Amino acid sequence: MSVIKVQHISKNFGALKAVDDLSFEVQEGQVFGFLGQNGSGKSTTIRMLLSLIHPSSGSIEIFGKSLAHHRNEILEQVGAIIERPDLYPYLSAQEHLQLFAKVRKQKIEKAAVQNTLEKVGLANRATDKVQTFSLGMKQRLGIAIALVHNPRLIILDEPTNGLDPQGIADIRRLIQYLSKEEGKTVFVSSHLLSEIEQVASQLLIIHKGKKMVEGNTKDLLDPQKRIVQIKSTNDELALQVIVAGSFSNYLLPRKEGVFLKIPTYEIPLLNESLIKAGVALLGIETKNSLEDYFLQITSNV
Amino acid sequence: MWSLISVELYKIFRRPRTYIAFGAIAALIVVIQLGLKIDGNSYAAFLMKDINDTLTVDGKVLNGYLICYILLQLLLVHVPLLVALIAADMLSGEANLGTLRLLFSTPYSRTQWVFAKFIAASVYTILLLIWLAFLALFVSMWVFGTDDLFLMKSNYVVLIEQNDVLWRYVGAFVFASFSLLTVTSLGFLMSSMANNSIGPIVGTMSAIVFFTILSTLNIPLFTMVKPYLFTTHMNNWKEFFDIKVNASNEALYGSILNIAKIKNSLWVLTLHIILFVSASIIIIKKKDILS
Repeated sequence: MSVIKVQHISKNFGALKAVDDLSFEVQEGQVFGFLGQNGSGKSTTIRMLLSLIHPSSGSIEIFGKSLAHHRNEILEQVGAIIERPDLYPYLSAQEHLQLFAKVRKQKIEKAAVQNTLEKVGLANRATDKVQTFSLGMKQRLGIAIALVHNPRLIILDEPTNGLDPQGIADIRRLIQYLSKEEGKTVFVSSHLLSEIEQVASQLLIIHKGKKMVEGNTKDLLDPQKRIVQIKSTNDELALQVIVAGSFSNYLLPRKEGVFLKIPTYEIPLLNESLIKAGVALLGIETKNSLEDYFLQITSNV
Repeated sequence: MWSLISVELYKIFRRPRTYIAFGAIAALIVVIQLGLKIDGNSYAAFLMKDINDTLTVDGKVLNGYLICYILLQLLLVHVPLLVALIAADMLSGEANLGTLRLLFSTPYSRTQWVFAKFIAASVYTILLLIWLAFLALFVSMWVFGTDDLFLMKSNYVVLIEQNDVLWRYVGAFVFASFSLLTVTSLGFLMSSMANNSIGPIVGTMSAIVFFTILSTLNIPLFTMVKPYLFTTHMNNWKEFFDIKVNASNEALYGSILNIAKIKNSLWVLTLHIILFVSASIIIIKKKDILS
């Protein structure tokens, strides 16, 4: 079952197209990785999922219901942190949880507060005011607030920002626990592939508001498949050959250059097809990993 | 809805800034009361100097009721500025802090949040007014005692029997609550348009000063708009202290000279409150939360 179904959403801020015709689906119980550089449109997309920003066009369904028409019903089952962990500096961690539990009409016992704070490693700072917290601690508290009402869908926007390596590992473990042990659907964004690839079962890369690549993380990171760049004097012709042949499924979206994620054993066949079709090949360059591809598409385009 | 209001009240009263206004009012009132306690008789003599030849007043002119009237005249001009400190920060302060997105991603409509915040800001305003009433009226009554209320108007004097005064203050404070709620709603409107606290606070204060100047200027062009300005009506709590007289020029117990003026002012203020809050809701509903 689709927990999130986004269809052709766009968001314009004046002349700037922050999100451009983006579509994707997130299945129940999945950890969905949403990857992109800073300013790629991740947070705008997440804000649209939380009804904080109105899409310029397109539709969003969560739990099979239109977000535009069933907003409150949907948000009852969603917990989120969005970008920075901004909180009330004059309240303690414990008070934050009690406050947001009250907003969600949840009666929360002190033990449950303590338990939630323990989950994120803040149990020993429960009564301290947030103004004394480091960025990492605020981030953990933000996650605790997102979990306080036991939501079905958890949206985490850059949850490891400001955390030290131990904190990053803790958050990773927490995401895995939430997904595997509690059956939650987790939508997690990051600008670091290395972070996402360790937790996400599905991956989407966004750049300049557009979807660049989407797929199963294992599949995308499959060592049996290589990311290759076709270098030729005529990219148009090379593309035509690929689309017409049996390689179109391997094509990766890219504004410039021709990239494919292709099983290693098919690279010679691809080479042969291109030469036969008269493509003046300069080379077929193999990229080492999805990270190379991610870095390349997000650095030059 | 109640849970949202209680959450907003909790946040208001956990912020140190909230108590600045309570402290400022207490400081001002205590200073004035102290001054009048020490040198009140000279002040009373100064007030009475023009009528001493024609009128003899028995009893205690400088009593708790008069002190309260003097305090209200002085303070009800400044209290709106203190109200603006909180009201104009209710939405923009959260936007500035980045917590507005936390609130607006909960299963409540933005209209519900705006209402809850407005009600919480209104509770703060009313509490501030009750604090003002307690210090200005009850503490003054305790410190200075009570007697008939003797007021000097621009071209006449008003003498109200002491047992006809207290209910007038109740009326005046209820009226003042409408005036201050108008300021609260104006601050709220300013707050809905900005993502930082300073702009709306300064904006609200500037709007009050600007419209007060328009309300007091007797230029024909402005005379046309005066009846529609909230600042024209904010000080009409004084109407509770204008009393009807009979043919022998004796005050009529329990009367108000121009009750229609009070009713009209209450209507104008209420309409302003509705207008400002509705505009805030429309702005917030359309707003993309980018902070």
